[in-house]
Amino acid sequence: MAEYQNIFTQVQVQGAPEMGLDDTGGRLMAERAGTPFFSKLLGLFGNAQVGPINLGMLGLISLATGFLWFTIVGFNMLAQVGWSIPEFLRQGFWLALEPPSPEHGLSIPPLNDGGWYIISSFFLLVSVLAWWARSYQLAVSHKMGKHVFWAFGSAIWLFLVLGLFRPVLMGSWSEAVPYGIFPHLDWTTAFSIRYGNLYYNPFHCLSIVFLYGSVLLFAMHGATILAVTRFGGDRELEQIVDRGTASERAALFWRWTMGFNATMEGIHRWAWWFAVLTPITGGIGILLTGTVVDNWFIWAQEHNFAPMYDGSYGYEAYGSYESFIGQED
Amino acid sequence: MFPKWFSDWNRENPVNIYGPAILIGVIGAAVFTASMLVAFGNPVPTNSMQTGPRGTGMSVPEFRADLAEPDPDIALIFEDPPFPPEPGEALAGEVYENVQVLGDLTDANFNRLMAGITRWVAPEQGCAYCHGDGGLETYAEDTLYTKVVARRMIQMTQNLNENWAGHVNANKEVGVTCMTCHRGENVPSDIWFKMGDVNESAEGWSANQNRVTAQSQATSLPTDALEKYLLEGDIIGVHDLASRVEGSPADPGVPAIQNAERTYSLMNYVSNSLGVNCVFCHNSRAFYDGAQVTPQWATESLGIQMVLEMNNDYLVPLRDEYPPERLGPVHQDAPKAGCMTCHKGYQQPLQGTNVIGDWPELATSGTPVYEAAE
Repeated sequence: MAEYQNIFTQVQVQGAPEMGLDDTGGRLMAERAGTPFFSKLLGLFGNAQVGPINLGMLGLISLATGFLWFTIVGFNMLAQVGWSIPEFLRQGFWLALEPPSPEHGLSIPPLNDGGWYIISSFFLLVSVLAWWARSYQLAVSHKMGKHVFWAFGSAIWLFLVLGLFRPVLMGSWSEAVPYGIFPHLDWTTAFSIRYGNLYYNPFHCLSIVFLYGSVLLFAMHGATILAVTRFGGDRELEQIVDRGTASERAALFWRWTMGFNATMEGIHRWAWWFAVLTPITGGIGILLTGTVVDNWFIWAQEHNFAPMYDGSYGYEAYGSYESFIGQED
Repeated sequence: MFPKWFSDWNRENPVNIYGPAILIGVIGAAVFTASMLVAFGNPVPTNSMQTGPRGTGMSVPEFRADLAEPDPDIALIFEDPPFPPEPGEALAGEVYENVQVLGDLTDANFNRLMAGITRWVAPEQGCAYCHGDGGLETYAEDTLYTKVVARRMIQMTQNLNENWAGHVNANKEVGVTCMTCHRGENVPSDIWFKMGDVNESAEGWSANQNRVTAQSQATSLPTDALEKYLLEGDIIGVHDLASRVEGSPADPGVPAIQNAERTYSLMNYVSNSLGVNCVFCHNSRAFYDGAQVTPQWATESLGIQMVLEMNNDYLVPLRDEYPPERLGPVHQDAPKAGCMTCHKGYQQPLQGTNVIGDWPELATSGTPVYEAAE
């Protein structure tokens, strides 16, 4: 007999595959591809049933263009190391497909100096937008709200700011982010340093608030629901419309803890808005950087929130090098 | 094995011993570790050198084990006090032929310096490394490249001590001799060569970065930072000094994010060369701000100018003197110096040991000043 453990695992139900709803014309069923099967391993993490999938034309376009982007990036990296597979593997985390050099501005650059970057970025754009449209289309099929579509849209907003809107406003594709593991991290640091420390950008602050807030809310909500599953709290939709003892206990727990509690429905609005506002505010902060504000630290000084510290600069004020290395006479 | 009542009791009272065992084990290990740390302290203790106001987090940490051990190269330094010249003593320029730089030295001091250079640069090969093994009568010849280069290096050393005291004597008299770089080796360690573009099938900023190289300090930052800033003298600053300024990175003269990456690469090199971190010189919240840097920042800026002069006026022009095996592997360029060539991982080379005291001949390009009977 399966034992119910509500931290790590859930009870796996395996039987006849669930095929989902169909519309009257059989169109939806016709678009479903793949023979469903069950995976005990995946069942430890989520639903044990894998497939069928409704890929559709948009999904196919998205996968194909995404694959093209991925391959262009990979082959450029491979060309950079002289088509040596061992070098490609050894330096994989260092390699990148870089945007064009600054002097090319917004013109079409040579293929070996960012041209491939522009081409691959176009495919990536098509891929992401096709997947976005697909999330709308599938929501329509299920007569759902479009919340996932808009949430994904907020991430795409940040993606477009980084790779399209801001480079266009700055007048150079060179401002875009390189496609590489370490190189995109270098870009992030250099971007912050070039524009006078992004930590003084208020929209960056807001984005961090919503990011960390999302994590906190996620942990609180997940913990709360798991804690009341023994009273049926995991059946959240039913608890929303017909509040039971699970909801009462969860609400009381938080009200007694901090004087305020979200509702069974409202907590999902909290989570959705925090998540969605993370890339929206972040994207605004990036868009303003270099276009409207060129040095965030000086901007912060002008707005009186970069205090100066009292005290001397240099170790001479606090000791000597000789005493630090233990060679003081 | 066990009494019946015990086995019965166990059967009737099943307990999951695995769950609690893991929990108690984890908590127990944590408590044990914490109490050991409290009782015996950090197993790898550090000391910190504060470099800025409280609240800015400016400090340079070092392991106490490293601090306890002085730079082993200090042991290579030897005392060899000069001979104060007597009036009427013969000068090297009169005694020997073809003494172009050190002709004003007395014979005794000239030979003392020659012996010193031998110990600093060619302790194994001896005089023959520069003068050949043709006997004393051939010592005036300039047939070996090592002698031609050594002469220029003596001039470079004199220039460093004479004109760059703001860097080499920034804190106290330290100075520079051949020893500062050579440390008993023919070719100093931590010299550098041009690498140029490191990626194939690429141009511009796609070509000069994103590879593991010694000059990128094994990061994916641009590899050409040393040749741009320590040879070509490119401007290091990338910041705008007002909150709002005109200009696009497409305009020449407006620094791009890529330029910031290149300066980051240089700063990494400087940090590693001196064994320090960013906040040895900068307040990292505003790297560019001259009001929030330490005095070391000024010393370092002077050092960059000094290295530019060393490379452009002394080291690069020697290119045609070198045999091919001394030239760079990629561009066959002359070996060049950087921060690491002297500092070798220490804030001050040889931890600030005075190396110039015994060698007034190297402290000036003019007539050496011998302090009377110290």
